[in-house]
Order: sequence, then C-alpha cells, then structure tokens
Amino acid sequence: MNDTILEMRSITKEFPGVVALDNVSLNVSRGEIHAICGENGAGKSTLMKVLSGVYPHGSYSGDIVYDGEVREFYNLRDSEAEGIVIIHQELALSPHLSIAENIFLRNEIKRFGIINWNETNRRAKELMNRVGLKENPSTPIKDIGVGKQQLVEIAKALSKEVKLLILDEPTAALNDEDSAHLLGLLRQLREQGITSIIISHKLNEIEIIADTTTIIRDGQVVESLDMAGSSVSQERIIKGMVGRDMENRYPTRVPDVGEEILRVENWTAYHPQDHSRRIVDDVSIKVHRGEIVGLAGIMGAGRTEFARSLFGHSYGVNISGKVYVAGKEANVRTVSDAIRSGIAYATEDRKRFGLNLIEDIKRNVTLASLRDFVKGFLVSSNEEFRKANEYRESMNIKAPSVLTVTNQLSGGNQQKVVLSKWINVNPEVLILDEPTRGIDVGAKYEIYLIIQRLASEGKGVIVISSELPELIGICDRIYAIAEGAIAGEVTRDNADPETLMKFMTAEKEVTNV
Amino acid sequence: MSSSTQQKSSILASARERFKGVNLRQNGLFVALLALVAFFAFTTPDAASLTPANFSNLVVQNGYILVLAIGMVIVIIAGHIDLSVGSVAAFIGAVAGILVVRPLEQDGWGWLPALPWWAGIIGAIFVGALVGAWQGFWVAYVGIPAFIVGLAGMLLFRGLALMTLQNTNIGPFPDEFRAIGNGFLDKEQALNGMMGIPPELNATALVVTVVGILALWIQQLRQRVGHVKYEQAVEPITWFYAKNVILTIMIGFVGFQLARANGIPYTLLLLVFLVVAYSVLMNSTQFGRYVYAIGGNLNAAMLSGINVRRVNFWIFVNMSSLAALSGVLIAARMNSAVPKAGDGFELDAISSVFIGGAAVQGGVGTVIGSMIGGMIQGVLANGMNLNSVGIDTQMTIKGLVLLFAVAFDVWSKNRK
Repeated sequence: MNDTILEMRSITKEFPGVVALDNVSLNVSRGEIHAICGENGAGKSTLMKVLSGVYPHGSYSGDIVYDGEVREFYNLRDSEAEGIVIIHQELALSPHLSIAENIFLRNEIKRFGIINWNETNRRAKELMNRVGLKENPSTPIKDIGVGKQQLVEIAKALSKEVKLLILDEPTAALNDEDSAHLLGLLRQLREQGITSIIISHKLNEIEIIADTTTIIRDGQVVESLDMAGSSVSQERIIKGMVGRDMENRYPTRVPDVGEEILRVENWTAYHPQDHSRRIVDDVSIKVHRGEIVGLAGIMGAGRTEFARSLFGHSYGVNISGKVYVAGKEANVRTVSDAIRSGIAYATEDRKRFGLNLIEDIKRNVTLASLRDFVKGFLVSSNEEFRKANEYRESMNIKAPSVLTVTNQLSGGNQQKVVLSKWINVNPEVLILDEPTRGIDVGAKYEIYLIIQRLASEGKGVIVISSELPELIGICDRIYAIAEGAIAGEVTRDNADPETLMKFMTAEKEVTNV
Repeated sequence: MSSSTQQKSSILASARERFKGVNLRQNGLFVALLALVAFFAFTTPDAASLTPANFSNLVVQNGYILVLAIGMVIVIIAGHIDLSVGSVAAFIGAVAGILVVRPLEQDGWGWLPALPWWAGIIGAIFVGALVGAWQGFWVAYVGIPAFIVGLAGMLLFRGLALMTLQNTNIGPFPDEFRAIGNGFLDKEQALNGMMGIPPELNATALVVTVVGILALWIQQLRQRVGHVKYEQAVEPITWFYAKNVILTIMIGFVGFQLARANGIPYTLLLLVFLVVAYSVLMNSTQFGRYVYAIGGNLNAAMLSGINVRRVNFWIFVNMSSLAALSGVLIAARMNSAVPKAGDGFELDAISSVFIGGAAVQGGVGTVIGSMIGGMIQGVLANGMNLNSVGIDTQMTIKGLVLLFAVAFDVWSKNRK
C-alpha cells in the first residue's frame, strides 16, 4: 500500500535555547501502524504536539501534508475536525462522569440543547462493543481499571470518526493482558482502515505490531525501518535510539551474597476501604546482604501494596506479620519507624509520591534524613548543599546545580534524586518500586549500576518491576506474586520469562474454610 | 539555529549567569514597596507620608495584621487557610479583658483572681493556643478541610467573643498593657541624658537602629562567607553591596524618623523579633522544612517519614497563638476589648501573604515576603488616607492590587 495519509516535511521547532525538532520528516502510509521510538527528550511528543495543533501553525517551520493537502492546525479542534485524535499517556477522562458521558464529552448527542440519554447510551454501547469493552455505559470512569479507561479513550476517538489515531505510551500503565488486548484492538482498527501512530518504550510490542518504525534521536529522524521483513530486532531499534550498540542491556556483576538482612514472616494486609479484601496474603520472604531480589507480578497482584504495607504501614489495614532486620525484630508501624529500622522504599510513582517537584534537588535529597543535618536546633543548609553535591556527582545527576528545581529534570535524573534521598537515610534494605519506569535506555543502565553498587556495599535490595527481562537481567533471586501471595521463587540460573509468567498468572486454589 | 537566535540566547544565558542567586521575585516586591513609598512622598500634601509621626503610625496600625500574616503564611505554605483568625483575635481580646480588667463579677467571673498585666497576656495567649489545638484537632486528626474549620471557627469564636463581653466593651487596660500596642521604647529619653544627645532625637532609637544595621551586615556577610566556603552560587558582589547599602539607608532613615518622633514602638520590636524568629523557624528547622514539604507534595512528605498530622496540628496551634497575640495588640491599642475587634482582619492577613508571593496550592511562600505584602497594603491605605481618598475608592484599589499582584506572579511563572 503506497497511499500516504500523512507527510510531515522538514519540521523544525525551537524553544528558547533548544532545538526540539530539527528538520524532521515523517511519512505515514494509510492503514498502517507506525511506531515512533526514541529516548526520553528525543522529540517524539513534541512532534505529535506539532501534528495535533497543540503547537499552532506558525510556531514551527515546515509543512504538514494530510490527506494530500497542506494543513494549518491552530489547536486540537482543528486537527480533530480532520480525524486526527491524540490519546495522551495521562488519560484525559473525567473520573466522576460515566463511560458514556466521557465518550461524548464535548460532542454530546442533543436536541435543542437537551441531551438525549437513551441515544447516548445506545451509541456508547455500540462504540464499546467495537473496542471490546464489556461494562455498563453508565459506570463512572473511576470504577474501571486503567486498561479499560484506555479503551474508553479509543471509543471516544472512534466517536469522532478518527482516521489517524495517535497513542502516546498506551501500554505504559497496563498489565500484560490489557496490553495484549489493546494491541489486538489496534490490529482490528487497521483492518477497518484506521491509521495509528504509536509512541512506545516497549520494544517487544513494537516488534510485534508495527508496520514501520521511525526512530528519533536528539530531535532528528535517524531512520525509518520497514518492520515487515521481521529482520528488525529490538537490539536493532535500540542501536538506532542510543546511537551505539547495546550489546548488554544489563551490566554484569558477580554477586557476593552474605548473611540474612531482611526476613518477613506471614505478612498479611487488607484493603483500606474494603476490610474483608485480603490484598497481601501471608507473604514470607528473605533478603541477604549483597543480594538483589526481584518481585514479579502482574499489575494488581499486590507487589506495591506489600512493599508499602511493609514500609510503615503506609498501605492497608489490619496488618499482621513479623519483620526482622539483621536478625532483630523491627517496628515498622509508621514510616519513620520503618526508616529507623533500616528500611527504605522508593516509590513507583516519583511525581506523585516521591518528589516535591517545586523544590530543588538539595531539599529533596535531604528530606527523609533531615535530622542528620541539624546542628543545635538548626538545619545546616551548607551541609545539605555539600551532601547533595556529593550525590549529584556520584549518581551523575545531570543538572546545573543542586539548587535546580526537580520539576525541570528528566525522568531518569528525577529517579536518581529519589534514589539519593533513600540512600542518604543509610538503610539496610532498599525496596525499589519500578526504578526504571518511564526513563530512557541510557539512564536505565545507570540505574542498574547504582542498584549493583548498593548491593556490593552490603545492602539488601528488593526490585519490583513489570518488565521481566529487567528482573531476570539484574536479580539474583526472584519471587513471583499472584493475588497477593508468593506463587513461586526462582534463582538467577533458572529464571526465564515463561516460568515467571506461569507463576504470576497462577490461580490460587480455592479453599473453603 | 540561526546565528542571531544563538547570539540572543547566549546574551540571555550570560545575564542569567550574572544574576544567578538573585531572588528576583522577592527583590521585585521590595522595589514595588519602595516605589509606593516614593509615590506617596510626592503626592501627599507636604510629603505628609514621610513625617516622623506617620512612620510611627504605619507600624502600630499594621502591627496586628502583620502578626496574623506571620501565622497565616505558614498555614498557607502547608496548603491550608484559616478564616477564623479575626474572630479568634476578638475572642482573645475579650479573654484578656476578663483576665486583666475583670469587670464582670456579677456574671460569675468573680472567682477569677485579678492577674497582673503580664500574666494576663500569657494567659490570653495560652487560651489562644488551646483554640489552636481545637482547630488543629479537626484539621489534622479528623481530616476536615481547613477552610470549613476556619469558617466554623469564624462564627464560633465571634460568638464566644460576644458572650464573653456580654455585648459590652471591657476597658480601660492598665498602662503597661497598653504600652505593647501604643508605647515606645524609652520615650522618656533616659539615655539622651547619659549620652548628652539633644531631646529632638531619641537616643535609644538611634542605638537600636545602629545595632539592627550591624546585625544585618553580620548576618549577610556570614551567610555569604558560608556559601562561598561551600562553593555555592552567590549574588554578584556589587549587587550584594548595593542591596545591603540600600537596606542600610532604609533602616537608617526609618530609625532616624522614629527617633525624631517618640522613639521605637514596642510593636515594632515585637515584630522584628517575630520576623527573625519565624524566618529561622521556616528556613532552618526541621519543622519549617516539613511545612514546605507537606505543602509541596503531601504524599511524598508522608512517605518520607514526616508525621504530617502532628505538623499540621502545631501549625494551627501556632496560628491561633499568633492570632491571640494580635488580639492583645488590638485591645492594647484600642484600650478596650470590643466585640467587633479584628473584623475582616483574616482577609487582610491572607492578602498580605498572597501579595507576598505565596502560592494557593501551597509549598511556596516566605515570612519576609508576607511582611512586605502587608506593608504594601499598609502604605497604600495610609497614603490614600493622607490624600483623603474615599473608602469606596480605597477598597476598589486594594482589590485590584491583590488581583494584579497574584496575576503578575502567575504570568511570570508561566513565562519561564
């Protein structure tokens, strides 16, 4: 098929002091799934914002040719009128409105200004069937999972007669099952003639689904790869993204495992609202000094909930079980107790739970260990500065100074600030929840090195991750969690994705008491 | 990139480099205050705004709002608001009246022992702290939004003030009590005799001014030396000296004018003490830093081991204690506890804080900024009064100033 639906010609977009896009050209054929890859900050999202009119015509140079004509979009409405719909990573749904209301938001079915609810719900149901969403159209958005919310966004796009669908990291927050469903749906849409552009970090998915992959690096198009021949491997894409071969995505290391540092026995926690729902179910684990232990599990399996209930009971109610740090029973009833007992937890969601984004690097790094900087009654700002600078150098945080506000840092550098903060409380055990989520390949490698350094310093490290290759690549031992309980345990030597996946998706035996 | 944009961005970068470490927001606010003072110096008849007596008035008339603003900025940084402070001030004024003047034997207060003026003040502020514990309990431990608790407290404590006062006024207060609101340090000029300074100038005021200026320089230089030692970015040296020389001239001028009037008001001494103490509290203690952390990101603060409830509780205890102090100042200045005292003062305090650069979402704000914000409002009101501007116009202008100050803030943030 050689019919071009979209051609972007020599797009150049500058911000003060930065060239975000430098002479970028992109060709998308009608009815294909076109993947765009690149490290964070490479310019993928900027390109899509130019296309959809978020950056209006005139704020960039170059031409957008869509459906054979040069177009000038001044805002999202202009591009949507032509059938271009963009779905952002952070979904734009109103949580208290129903599925049907969200689908037809700004596009209500009405007569004389009065909404026809029967027709709205009927058409919503139709669209929901098209995307394979089995829910009541009047269910509020907040009551369905993020995977289904994504489907609502697509149904909304379909209601607008979409011709070109742009998805920014659509599967980043989805579990494997939901991701598979979404990718299947994109294939279906392709058969119906809808073109998709998908921005993703998940190269295995791109390998499966994309017809063409365009790689962007530093605001320039590196190459466009035809994926039909199946000769394009993930390594090939990574090479294009980082501009060098990534022979080994995970740094090698010889583990030096010592005595037991953390033992959790029969840990159980219940849902904070629904007290009868057991979210963490009789979990017992061990971690040794110098050991990197993985926690695998599909989304909702209870990995984060387990970690947070352990970390100062910051999740769940009616928590029971025992924790031993370095052989001594530890009190973890509050977060500060847990920190004092030698446990640190770096969150999966650094923007919501990890950082004070309006404060500088210095103040974020010292927040959990502020007591150590107190001389007399006062916090020594100079000492904080010195310490933060040490971390800036040792962790390679790329910022002009430690007085830089964390909001202005890239994801990878923000993650390094979070890690610095927790390393500075000098814990025995660090629980790292999705430490590489949403950060680019180069920064991931640096994070792995930091994790290994911590282990080699004799700390116990627990890594929670949704990416199985990552766990297998860096962990000495991996626990699989399913439905809140430990479903299996594998050592480094016999860890492979298939075995883990089998444990992770294991159904619990139904026990009647 | 074309060479002209390159050149432009490099000029911008070098300008940014040169002014690294300069707090533009705070300095801009300060310049706005100076401009306002200059404006009224030219427009008021016979430069009435610059007379010694007027400087004295400015301080004592705005003291109680500024005391409220100190507590309020902390509340607002933590992401709350407190609408009850005006009513609390009235209630505590009434309590102070009962404790010190005690005219209500017939209403069942006769069992209370008569308290000396200082014990009355301590007692009144203690009752203020209890009020704060009440408010803090609902906000921090029950989880009711501070806006609601404040709204309820606004009615509740106004009601209690009326009940306590039985719809009458209590007064007059003893002279020592009145002095905190109206008195001057060494008004009798005892020091003048010792130093042989003519009675046109209050010697104590001059000495205190010089001590204040010295303290400023010592603090600024020590801070700079510390920063340099730890290789932190500092303001350019010329800017540093320029700024502090300007400050010195200002403090000197105000001190000189006060010396020509009755001397330094006790209210001013109290304020300077509070501003220094609370600036240190907010910048350099764990408590202060936890307040910023809570306002900046509540979840991250909790997961960093901060006992958020306890911090929130003490924020409100502190707020109401300062509201109590403000109530004492009002009663002292009016020489009577009245039911309508402090009416609407919560709004003046809140506007001071927002004009002073605090953010509605929390996490941002400074004590000194709020003081400048409060002074801008005070100078504005004072200047308009001297120019015989009607109350209608005054309110309109005050409203616009608040709106434009915050709009300017939002605009300059978005531009970045």
